[in-house]
Amino acid sequence: MAEVDYKRITLDGLWSNNQALVALLGLCPLLAVTNTLVNGLGLGLATTMVLLLSNLSVSAIRHWVRSEVRLPVFVLIIASFVTAVELLMNAFLHDLHKVLGIFIPLIVTNCAIIGRAEAFASRNPMRAAAVDGLAIGLGFTMALMVLGGMRELIGQGTLLDGAELMFGQGAAGWKLSLGEGYQGLLLAILPPGAFLGLGFMIALKNLIDRKLAQRTPLPTPGADTAEA
Amino acid sequence: MTEDAVRKWLPAFISAAVLGVFAIIGSTLVGVSYQGTVERIAQNERDALLRQMAAVLPHERYDNDLLNDRIEILAPGALGDRPTTVYRARKNGQNVAAIFSPVTTPGYAGEIVLLVGIYEDGSVAGVRVIRHRETPGLGDKIEIKRHPWITGFAGTSLNRPSQDRWAVKRDGGDFDQFTGATITPRTVVAAVKRTLEYFRGHRDQIFTRTAETEAAGKQQAPTHG
Repeated sequence: MAEVDYKRITLDGLWSNNQALVALLGLCPLLAVTNTLVNGLGLGLATTMVLLLSNLSVSAIRHWVRSEVRLPVFVLIIASFVTAVELLMNAFLHDLHKVLGIFIPLIVTNCAIIGRAEAFASRNPMRAAAVDGLAIGLGFTMALMVLGGMRELIGQGTLLDGAELMFGQGAAGWKLSLGEGYQGLLLAILPPGAFLGLGFMIALKNLIDRKLAQRTPLPTPGADTAEA
Repeated sequence: MTEDAVRKWLPAFISAAVLGVFAIIGSTLVGVSYQGTVERIAQNERDALLRQMAAVLPHERYDNDLLNDRIEILAPGALGDRPTTVYRARKNGQNVAAIFSPVTTPGYAGEIVLLVGIYEDGSVAGVRVIRHRETPGLGDKIEIKRHPWITGFAGTSLNRPSQDRWAVKRDGGDFDQFTGATITPRTVVAAVKRTLEYFRGHRDQIFTRTAETEAAGKQQAPTHG
């Protein structure tokens, strides 16, 4: 078996093949819940959890699931984990669960998850699949947080509003504010603000990639090799 | 069965069996997580409901089991098109207040669900918005988190301000509107007024009707619509 390049898998998940910024998967939750940084973080971590678990199980069973039923089996696995994660969030992060609402069960429809199961986990050993799940999940979480933080800052002039939903009452004081006078730019909070914000983030990523490519004559790592 | 038939059907049966095994594993996982969390989730929901209640009626004002002393009331035109839950607060057996969860007529973006605490004498103990979809930055100032406007209802009654002053200032009433958003506060003011009128007209029934405790497992928070 070929040597597994963990560094490459991690870099792909976090940057080169970032599901939100490059693959443009999972846009529905990405655009819907990123009105604050904390919401983005919450949904991102829930998605990461599901990705890690589903990648691990799909990789574990990859040798004995017949290929014609593999997709229904993946869907079953992912749906079960999403339901379990939703119940756990409802039990232990009740207020955050209320804010994120329908978008937690909707993680099941995030194409990034079944995409990773099919394109990576079902063809690689468990350790690599786990690293891939974590890296992809954290890359997605970062994109959600940056977009959420950006919209929150521009739209309502705060940062980390609602941190107590996730970290308990002690975190209520973490909220940073631009000051009482800041009226907020409504556009950033509304759905078009999410699309614009995502557009700017993609543009920025492409700009950075181009700068990096100019500095090093080596070809930049392309899309995920496991991707069909 | 001939060997041919077996060879033809076996793969399909194996696939079905694999799928069945995973269905069982998946349901077991979901079942176990449900069993493990169901009590805690119910407790969370009760706590969240009690916290909302505390905002419209201080909890030292009553000593009964508020969440279970409740009735369902269908009052179209006053409290909304669907049955709403009314909680009765009592202390030492004396009626203290009723907490309504009226649904407004459509505001700027859909209906708004309120929680309105009304003391036995017909004065407002407190009002909070439970759910709405008003425009962020404009109409959402009805949320206590965004603006203290909603606290202005405490202490009002149908006589204070007088009947014809129960409107936003733009309509010649006593209640503030927000810059750029008149429809939302107008809707809320009207809904609170209708709730007060309903309470005045039905006070005795509201306090005397038998509680529908745990009726048919309807442990429904007023947030559910």
